Amino acid sequence: MAEAAKGGLSLTGLTKRFGGVVAVDDIDLEIQRGEFLTLLGPSGSGKTTLLMMIAGFLDISAGDILLDGASIKTVPAEKRNFGMVFQGYALFPHMTVRQNVGYALDVRGRPKAEIEARVDEMLELVQLQDFGHRKPGQLSGGQQQRVALARALCFAPPVLLLDEPLGALDKKLRIEVQDQLKDIHRRVGTTFIYVTHDQEEALSMSDRIVIMQNGRIEQLGTPTELYERPRTRFAAGFLGKSNFLDLDDGTYALRPEKIDLAPAGRINGAARLSGTISDITYFGAMRKYMVAVEGRQPIEVDVDAWRNPHELQQGQAVDLAWADHAAVRLDES
Amino acid sequence: MMQALTRHISPGWLLVAPFFLVVVAFYLGPLANILWLSVTDPEPGLGNYEKLVESDALARILWTTFRTCAITTVFSVAIGYCLAYAMVHAHQKNQNIMLTLLLISFWISVLVRTFAWLMLLGHNGLVNNGMEAIGLIDRPVRFMRNELGVLIGMVHYMVPYAVLPLMANMQTLDPRVMAASRNLGANGVQTFRRIYLPLTIPGLVASSLLVFILSLGFYVTPAILGGGKVLMVAEYISVQLLVTLQWGTAAMLGTLMLIGVLALLWIMSRFMQLSAVFGGGATR
Repeated sequence: MAEAAKGGLSLTGLTKRFGGVVAVDDIDLEIQRGEFLTLLGPSGSGKTTLLMMIAGFLDISAGDILLDGASIKTVPAEKRNFGMVFQGYALFPHMTVRQNVGYALDVRGRPKAEIEARVDEMLELVQLQDFGHRKPGQLSGGQQQRVALARALCFAPPVLLLDEPLGALDKKLRIEVQDQLKDIHRRVGTTFIYVTHDQEEALSMSDRIVIMQNGRIEQLGTPTELYERPRTRFAAGFLGKSNFLDLDDGTYALRPEKIDLAPAGRINGAARLSGTISDITYFGAMRKYMVAVEGRQPIEVDVDAWRNPHELQQGQAVDLAWADHAAVRLDES
Repeated sequence: MMQALTRHISPGWLLVAPFFLVVVAFYLGPLANILWLSVTDPEPGLGNYEKLVESDALARILWTTFRTCAITTVFSVAIGYCLAYAMVHAHQKNQNIMLTLLLISFWISVLVRTFAWLMLLGHNGLVNNGMEAIGLIDRPVRFMRNELGVLIGMVHYMVPYAVLPLMANMQTLDPRVMAASRNLGANGVQTFRRIYLPLTIPGLVASSLLVFILSLGFYVTPAILGGGKVLMVAEYISVQLLVTLQWGTAAMLGTLMLIGVLALLWIMSRFMQLSAVFGGGATR
């Protein structure tokens, strides 16, 4: 089903102002065709506003959107041919699953037989073959989510926009659906633009992630780049957890799982800091130690729970060590 | 004794018992009395109901009533739909102003409104004078003392009633559903016809029922604006009661109206949950 020969988007100087408030501030972004790009940020960061401008539901205050080189700034939403999965799915409650999925082809006046065949194909893609004649209200949240996906992909759009599509699902189901989404993305080859505030979703699914804050791009890169080399305090804190160390030549970000922990004097290599354990929390797969260090913020250290050779206790004096490349120097901001 | 009673009846009923008795004594009692009158006055039997088939006049009055109410319903609901749509989709500030204006129209008595139309629609009324002045017509149009006058008066009175159930319905709709339709390539007309309209059917049904049922009892407006030429059931009943003193016929017509309304509600309840129609929880 490699039907996406199109789907490269470029945003140039894209800006949205609501009255005096700048929701999206002069964003430049190249989105490759077939890419899975995630817009990640807290609420109010402008990620949904950006998506709504791409979808055509919001006017652009300044800048332009190009699809495969041609401006679509003045093209109305219904003519853009972008699929969209809405927050809360926005299924048509009075139609069956089949009617929902076939809607886009139906309003384009396609012949019945073509619609039926395509709907079958889409229902198979999302594994809902047996649910075609149900109404959305008779489906579970996960099934509704898949109907929304099938509906948005049915007319083979070059770009699929997803607005927090997993927000309403419980955690276990969410991980399952993430895998399905990734698989579907591979199979249809459409450009996916995915909005979320969930960093785990962003890390596990995306080709590239855009971290947004205050309407601007904070940092852009592959999940590995962003996790291993965060440039700002915000990026380091929002994507994963981070300790921040103020050293002589600047602020460093240090991931909790990259720190070695041992009773005082027994650490391998040179101890970089010493302190006492103030708190231990057990998470099954790992233990979280909070280490109080004289004159600094408490430092979090995550250790795989099975490697606990020293049976560390609360209140015990410990040394901390880490490799040189583990601490990443942040841009001053 | 008391224990035996409470074993079968929840004690909660004792709390509402006084009100229950008031309803029975002052509402259901007289209602039963009317039913009773319709089969006993002037003589026991179904004589009153036989008039329905025998009397042409009665049949004509019932038909006039039905037709007037049906046309009133169609126009009121159509206008009400547009108003409700505008109100629901207006800016919050404008919405409050519109709602206030709507509620004010509820406070003006039907009598005042009917006489106001009398002023406007008469031969030398504002409407005729105005249209003559700008050369639209050269002779006054007969707006009154006919069915047109009655319909204008009734539709005007009923529009606010039509708006409220429609508004309640439209407010429950998720705007994202309409956005989804546009995103999938449907233009405004398609989105309205295939998504918005079907989703507002519960509101349309509720609004139509409300307007139709209220219209059945119209008395003042047909009497004044119809000028005696448009005789509807309510006015006829009053004539039977006060002028010709045929209480049996009046009771029969009253019973007929009651049964008609109940039958309407029953038919509707077969198609949809009435509680949903009257705003008891949104249907999804």
